[in-house]
Amino acid sequence: MVDPYLRQSPLAHLHLDARVASDGGLTDAAVILAELPHRGQLLLRGDTGNPTFRDAVEKAIKTGLPTTAGTVSGSSKGTHIIWQGPDEWLVVTKPGAEEKTKKALFLAIANQHAAVTDLSESRTVIRITGDNAREVLMKGCSVDLHPRVFGPGHCAETLLAQAHVILHQTVAHKTSGIPTYEIYVYRSFAEYLWTWLEDAGREFGVKVATA
Amino acid sequence: MLLIPCPWCGEREETEFHHGGEAHIERPKDPDKLSDEEWADYLFMRKNTKGVYLERWVHQYGCRRWFNVARNTATNEIVGAYKMGKKPPKGAG
Ligand SMILES: [Zn+2]
Repeated sequence: MVDPYLRQSPLAHLHLDARVASDGGLTDAAVILAELPHRGQLLLRGDTGNPTFRDAVEKAIKTGLPTTAGTVSGSSKGTHIIWQGPDEWLVVTKPGAEEKTKKALFLAIANQHAAVTDLSESRTVIRITGDNAREVLMKGCSVDLHPRVFGPGHCAETLLAQAHVILHQTVAHKTSGIPTYEIYVYRSFAEYLWTWLEDAGREFGVKVATA
Repeated sequence: MLLIPCPWCGEREETEFHHGGEAHIERPKDPDKLSDEEWADYLFMRKNTKGVYLERWVHQYGCRRWFNVARNTATNEIVGAYKMGKKPPKGAG
């Protein structure tokens, strides 16, 4: 774990907080971007067919493992688990909660053929929402994001503008259906992807919001 | 551009995958007992099928799983995809 006082977002040099202030008055932006930095990210491996493993994880972090490909379990605002493969998951926590969650998982899977690895800081998260959020992603991603097949609670690991990402749709607005996606991107690709998103969203109007 | 049906993720674009060559080549149980020719055959010799070919792919930028695909090398038609250790679909290979 990186000491909190040493933590720096890979987008820190873009001074997004200043953009939040200057973009505040924009009312017609159809694409809204925000960075959600420093989330806890724990890679969990284990046998999905083994109920002992599944139960131990669920008991330890109060969240059941998603066993269907491309789905997410738990609360997108708190601890949630992203399916990454048939024996592989990304446990996401609020910033700072990763140590506690990691310890709980360590204890739960001790003596089992399973592993937990702290990957916090390896990726940052970019949130994209707004009327045209989906159109922006469609410019650089071949996964079908139409609401009929990809909705809240769905995830996909894929390429977005050639960058290796995990896409997670957290919600769709109750009345408008406007989706919100969270994009997990490796920190060395974060600035590239952020600027690509701003460029791809320009025709619709982009504004930067707070996390 | 191929659309490759990953057994876990479903159809995805070819750029998410890497090709791993011919499938179903088993490592010899006792390499010490092989002649140089047999060892070279295991290491280097591959079929060059025109038609349905069984090959390995890995979903590199997806679930990172290896699996097998039956693909027609003349038409690029994909007959089916199946998990490691499973039998190829009917009519393939
Ligand atoms: Zn896959």
